[in-house]
Amino acid sequence: MSFATWKKAYSAMFLLKLLSRNAFRHRLRTLLTILGITVAILAFGLLQTVVSAWYAGVNASSAARLISRNSISLIFSLPISYQERIRRIEGVSSVSYANWFGGVYINEKNFFPNFAIEPQGYLALYPEFVLEPSQKQAFISDRKGCVIGRKLAERFGWKIGDGLTLKGTIFPGNWEFVVRAIYTGADKSTDESQFFFHWDYLNESLKKTMPRRADQTGIYLIGLTNPQAAAEVSMAVDATFKNSLAETLTETEKAFQLSFVSMTEAIVIAIRIVSFVVIIIIMVVVANTMAMTARERIGEYAIFKAMGFQWYHVAGMIFGESLFISITGGGLGILLTFPVAHKFGEVMGQFFPIFQVESSTLYMDMFFCLIVGVIAGVFPAMRAIKINVADGLRRIG
Amino acid sequence: MLPDQNQEIIVSVNAVSKSYYRGNQPVPVLEEITFDIARGEYLALMGPSGSGKSTLLNLIAGIDTVDSGSIFVDGLDIALLSEAELAAWRAANVGFIFQFYNLIPVLTAYENIELPLLLTALTRRERREHVETALAVVNLTDRAEHYPSQLSGGQQQRVAIARAIVTDPTVLVADEPTGDLDRVSAGEILGLMSRLNSDFGKTIIMVTHDPRAAEKAHVIRHLEKGVLSDVST
Ligand SMILES: Nc1ncnc2c1ncn2[C@@H]1O[C@H](COP(=O)(O)OP(=O)(O)OP(=O)(O)O)[C@@H](O)[C@H]1O
Ligand SMILES: [Mg+2]
Repeated sequence: MSFATWKKAYSAMFLLKLLSRNAFRHRLRTLLTILGITVAILAFGLLQTVVSAWYAGVNASSAARLISRNSISLIFSLPISYQERIRRIEGVSSVSYANWFGGVYINEKNFFPNFAIEPQGYLALYPEFVLEPSQKQAFISDRKGCVIGRKLAERFGWKIGDGLTLKGTIFPGNWEFVVRAIYTGADKSTDESQFFFHWDYLNESLKKTMPRRADQTGIYLIGLTNPQAAAEVSMAVDATFKNSLAETLTETEKAFQLSFVSMTEAIVIAIRIVSFVVIIIIMVVVANTMAMTARERIGEYAIFKAMGFQWYHVAGMIFGESLFISITGGGLGILLTFPVAHKFGEVMGQFFPIFQVESSTLYMDMFFCLIVGVIAGVFPAMRAIKINVADGLRRIG
Repeated sequence: MLPDQNQEIIVSVNAVSKSYYRGNQPVPVLEEITFDIARGEYLALMGPSGSGKSTLLNLIAGIDTVDSGSIFVDGLDIALLSEAELAAWRAANVGFIFQFYNLIPVLTAYENIELPLLLTALTRRERREHVETALAVVNLTDRAEHYPSQLSGGQQQRVAIARAIVTDPTVLVADEPTGDLDRVSAGEILGLMSRLNSDFGKTIIMVTHDPRAAEKAHVIRHLEKGVLSDVST
């Protein structure tokens, strides 16, 4: 190292020593401020993660699959006969269907999504549900079989071969199933808390008990030969059923999921706003602490200036101290975000099957740490820079 | 030792005026002050409270600016310097000793003394030598690692003196350096300052109320109502 670098490094060390000692002159005040930043960054991280968990379904969904539903509303179904007609449309590689079942396990508190599906086509369309071939085969060949996600299995302690009963809400009665397969997600964004069973099982019982509701399904899932043709195929599907008793509304799976989420978008926006408000509050708190600190030290800054230190030395001490506090607090907050989010995900798993701290949240955490540190230092630094040395010295004693 | 007529002028104060403003009302503090200080002189500035002693000292030390007139230090008109240049000039030319010591409380005696050296080009080893020399001069080598709060008032003032001399400045300015000290400590500080003047040839400008302090100086000037009276020795 050259002489100049040595000298710079030493001065930097001296500065670091000075500002870390300064930071802990009011130990309680500094610790409380650091704690405040830690809590704020933690809260921000969790709220952001809640928001991204909200959109997780959308992000995991594909723009290469289409979903067709009744154009009036999702609560109306479509005739099962549409499958063949959709299959014949140009650009369609495969068609499957699924029905929201709305079954309850013991009571409503145990909520998880459950669907009646056409097994072979459905599983082929969703490669993100990873199944052992033998289990998959066992599920397909058992009419009362069901496939459950890994997390769901863990939650209720279900194992392959277990029998269980769901209480129907939309389709009354007690429905018995046998766990034949447990899927895992292909990646972290796959929801591992779902439950699928044979649409045929549902339909056959409906034929006996409520024939008018038989041979219907909630949605069609359409695989595309060319994902670029999504718009054309959607229009072709809807055109096919124009002026029929049940007209369709076809869109990409992503758009479909988004329409769900947007129903509650106001809440998500509110959460987002709150997360930023938390940051603004802590910014004000830290700014106040720094202003208090700098006011007490005006005399000291005047001494530094009298000795010949330049304005940027003094500004550096103030910014250094406020960044020291904000980075310490923020760093702790970021470190705590992971275990806390993990715990949160465990407790809230049924509402947020995907609860992952995203890297964008971490970048925002770091960004806000720096911003809080800088903003908190601005006014005290300006004050310290402007102070006339003679006036500053007059305040001592 | 009296400064003789042939001695070199180190500080030259020429027709310096300074007013403070109370609202729009100017309050004159110094009016057309003119005097010289010779190199190696030990000057005591006396006068009643509010007469402008600190103001005059601050002007000479370059931490306040004149309204009119000029101050030359070692041939340089300091009124012409920008704020940044003035700061650099102070770092090299002025050593400050204050009434309340004004040490940085989070730094040890050693670190406080080292502080002004951080602005110089000295190496770490050279700095160490300078700090150790200064500590030896004020006879506090054994207190190097003490924090100001662990030192008596007199010891703190000695650290402050070490800090003031460590860069070997052109002038030492002291504003009531014994004002906050008991008799014994004050005596020590005054002895030290006399030694700095006689043994090391330091030019000292000292504001004081204390006649015993003024006694040690070569020259005493009285400031009254913004006007400087003649020299008494
Ligand atoms: N920043 C300022 N604004 C307004 N008035 C000031 C300011 N600084 C000093 N003064 C006034 O200028 C006058 C001289 O002040 P100065 O501090 O120089 O006096 P002093 O002789 O050092 O007094 P003391 O012996 O009490 O220290 C006083 O009347 C003081 O009130
Ligand atoms: Mg004074």
